Amino acid sequence: MTKKTCFHCGNDCGSKPVVYDSKNFCCNGCKTVYEIFNENDLTCYYDLENAPGKIPEDIKGKYSYLDDEKIVEKLYDFKDGETRVITFYIPHIHCSSCIWILENLNKLNSAISTSQVNFPRKEVRVTFNCKAISLRQVVELLSSIGYEPLISLEDATVSKRKIDRSLIYKIGVAGFAFGNIMLMSVPEYLQAEEFWLDRYKFFFKLIIFVMILPVMFYSATDYFVSAFKGLKHKILNIDVPIVLGMIVLFLRSSYEVFFNVGQGYFDSLAGFVFFLLLGKIFQQQTYSFLSFERDYKSYFPVAVTKINKDRSEKNVAIYDVKKGDRLLIRDKELIPADGILIAGNAEIDYSFVTGESLPVTKKSGDKLFAGGKQLSGAIEMEILQTVSQSYLTQLWSNDVFKREKISGIKSLTDSISKRFTIIVLFIAFLAGLYWYFVDVSMVANVVTAVLIVACPCALALSAPFALGNMLRIFGKRKLYLKNADVIEDLSKVDTIIFDKTGTITNNKAKVFYDGELLIEKEIVAVKSVLRASNHPLSRMLYEEMEDVEVVEVSDFKEFVGKGLEGRVNDINVKIGSAQFLNTKNEEVLQTQSFISINGVIKGKYIFKNSYRKGLNAIFNELKSDYELGILSGDNDGEKQQLKTMLPENATLIFNKKPTDKLNYIKGLQNKGKNVLMIGDGLNDAGALVQSNVGLVVSENINVFSPASDGIVDASKFYKLPKFLKLSKKTLKVVKMSFVVSVLYNLIGMMFAITGNLSPIVAAILMPLSSITIVIFVTLGTNILASER
Amino acid sequence: MDIIFLMIGVSIVIAVVFFILFIKSVKSGQYDDMYTPSVRMLFEDEFISDKSKVKESKSINQK
Repeated sequence: MTKKTCFHCGNDCGSKPVVYDSKNFCCNGCKTVYEIFNENDLTCYYDLENAPGKIPEDIKGKYSYLDDEKIVEKLYDFKDGETRVITFYIPHIHCSSCIWILENLNKLNSAISTSQVNFPRKEVRVTFNCKAISLRQVVELLSSIGYEPLISLEDATVSKRKIDRSLIYKIGVAGFAFGNIMLMSVPEYLQAEEFWLDRYKFFFKLIIFVMILPVMFYSATDYFVSAFKGLKHKILNIDVPIVLGMIVLFLRSSYEVFFNVGQGYFDSLAGFVFFLLLGKIFQQQTYSFLSFERDYKSYFPVAVTKINKDRSEKNVAIYDVKKGDRLLIRDKELIPADGILIAGNAEIDYSFVTGESLPVTKKSGDKLFAGGKQLSGAIEMEILQTVSQSYLTQLWSNDVFKREKISGIKSLTDSISKRFTIIVLFIAFLAGLYWYFVDVSMVANVVTAVLIVACPCALALSAPFALGNMLRIFGKRKLYLKNADVIEDLSKVDTIIFDKTGTITNNKAKVFYDGELLIEKEIVAVKSVLRASNHPLSRMLYEEMEDVEVVEVSDFKEFVGKGLEGRVNDINVKIGSAQFLNTKNEEVLQTQSFISINGVIKGKYIFKNSYRKGLNAIFNELKSDYELGILSGDNDGEKQQLKTMLPENATLIFNKKPTDKLNYIKGLQNKGKNVLMIGDGLNDAGALVQSNVGLVVSENINVFSPASDGIVDASKFYKLPKFLKLSKKTLKVVKMSFVVSVLYNLIGMMFAITGNLSPIVAAILMPLSSITIVIFVTLGTNILASER
Repeated sequence: MDIIFLMIGVSIVIAVVFFILFIKSVKSGQYDDMYTPSVRMLFEDEFISDKSKVKESKSINQK
């Protein structure tokens, strides 16, 4: 049997595909999307890319809050008359087909005038006429074609971030000045004794001087600010010698120009600033589709449905939810605040919070915690705490989230530059002293030349280019770091703390069968019945039975929150909870599904978390260099098993609240440890922020990750030791490049001390040293990365 | 040889014009998204050819 894959989404269609227009579909949802596209002449969607689609989710009623003008007010980017502009974040955007279909939204609904995709950010900006189509309809249209936008509380509370383009302007100014000043300096380089050139020399210099002003006072402002801040905190950071060099360059060149002594070093100055800014932009490159600043607001809904006393429903903004309110939580909706379950079958998926992938069943009267996702039908709950005071969300009131992480203060470059600055000042002093006795007129000349040549351009460039390049290499290997400084922090780590659930365990549970063995016919029947269900446990079980055939099922019934029933030929299958099958459940703590065939209970499937592949190897590789530890919010049921995997000195801590985790990390840091925290859920958010480096393991990097310094794709988790090694080696490359750049400075110093630093020597030496350093570190890091 | 003033003036004016154009293009958001336009420019033709393809297939069906 050849496997048929869905024309729309590429999933396996099973043995009974839905056929339409002589194409196979895995489900009616996919078929419907195809129909929509087909009717509107948009089937080109499928020509650009193979099976680019996604099964549309059922969103009935989910977006009814978008009809409330007051709630959606803040979501708009722009509004004028009947025109509305809004930007949606759509996680599914992944290929050129996506861009194409989303930019042709106006073909689906003429009330949408334009839509523009920003692919790297996974955003689409839609302009529509609010008289002809409501925001809710726009969202529902997007959802109906499988592009459901993610609208979170953050969109409604945070003012729209402005894109900072100042660095590009600064580079533009510096580059413009650099090129033109070089051009104007050519006569001087050639030392041409030509009459006309000689005559207009001053005119040339004047133009050069005018062009250098914006470079000095606009492009270089960041360095002045940073050096000033450093001095204020009594730190000689790398920007101090840079700024010192720039000021001396500027003053001496101005003196030379206006007193007609020489031509000045303005070309070097402009080039210097230009190269420095290039390094900055290289290092700044980040992953715009990822956010490293997310807190619970990025996941919580904008509004919820409140049930009034008279049973009528009303949409209220999430911050208006008060203690005692009754809320209606629909299927696949998030619980916004702590409360008590009143009615309905609650099956809560807490994977956002704890990383636990198996849903938890709750009975009415049980407590529900904020952050869980309801999986089986609608429930009603009564709120006990407001949104910001819930068990999970109060974590964000901790001070850690308010202060900015101070990084880079003790960075390698700065510690070197401190010594460097002192030595340079010393040399300048000695050289000045020497010339004072030999030739007093040369003193100022030599001292300024020393300071100019010592300006650590190459030194300042090596770290940005080495780290920036490594950042990119890591990105290609699916470790996405917030910025280049994280690599340096990563290399200093000596303690690694892991969260348990979801971090070192898989999101795919292992399934064990306990009970009377099933004969093949029965297994086929069980799998066939499971196929029709979308419940996560059913999906897991279905995927577990890989090589089993699927046949047609009759009389299929799904009892939400309880179980499934179906008939295959003469076999009647029932799968579900103990309650559903009227049997006793001895082990309540386990997640399990019971099976009954023709009314007889045969046994049960037990779901257990399994550890990630290669976890043992990771621990073994890391234990010699790092102190390891486990910090879990769960019970200590797996303590014995973990003990055998971890080295003896490892610490295992269980039953920790989110704030406890944070405090534990703080305690380690007070003992002088550099801690790398590896977590995955919102309950780790505090620990991740507090730690020196917080890494998040994520199964789907686009959909979910708490605030952190870096995100590693779960499939590459086993490479962690290699990543750590690479970051250490990168720092070695940086150190080597420091040696090279100091050599250049020494050569320049020779010219300077002997009083021979002509503008042309400076103009050659400066770019030459910068370019060799850039080539050196780029090659170095690339070679490192290609090493096995 | 005073022409040199004019020449330099012209060259600087040209440079400044380009510089202003650059600033303008940055301001308009041209450099915010460096990827999507490279894909987008390939689309227009696809759409037209697709329409004709649809018509073709329809006419084939009618035969």
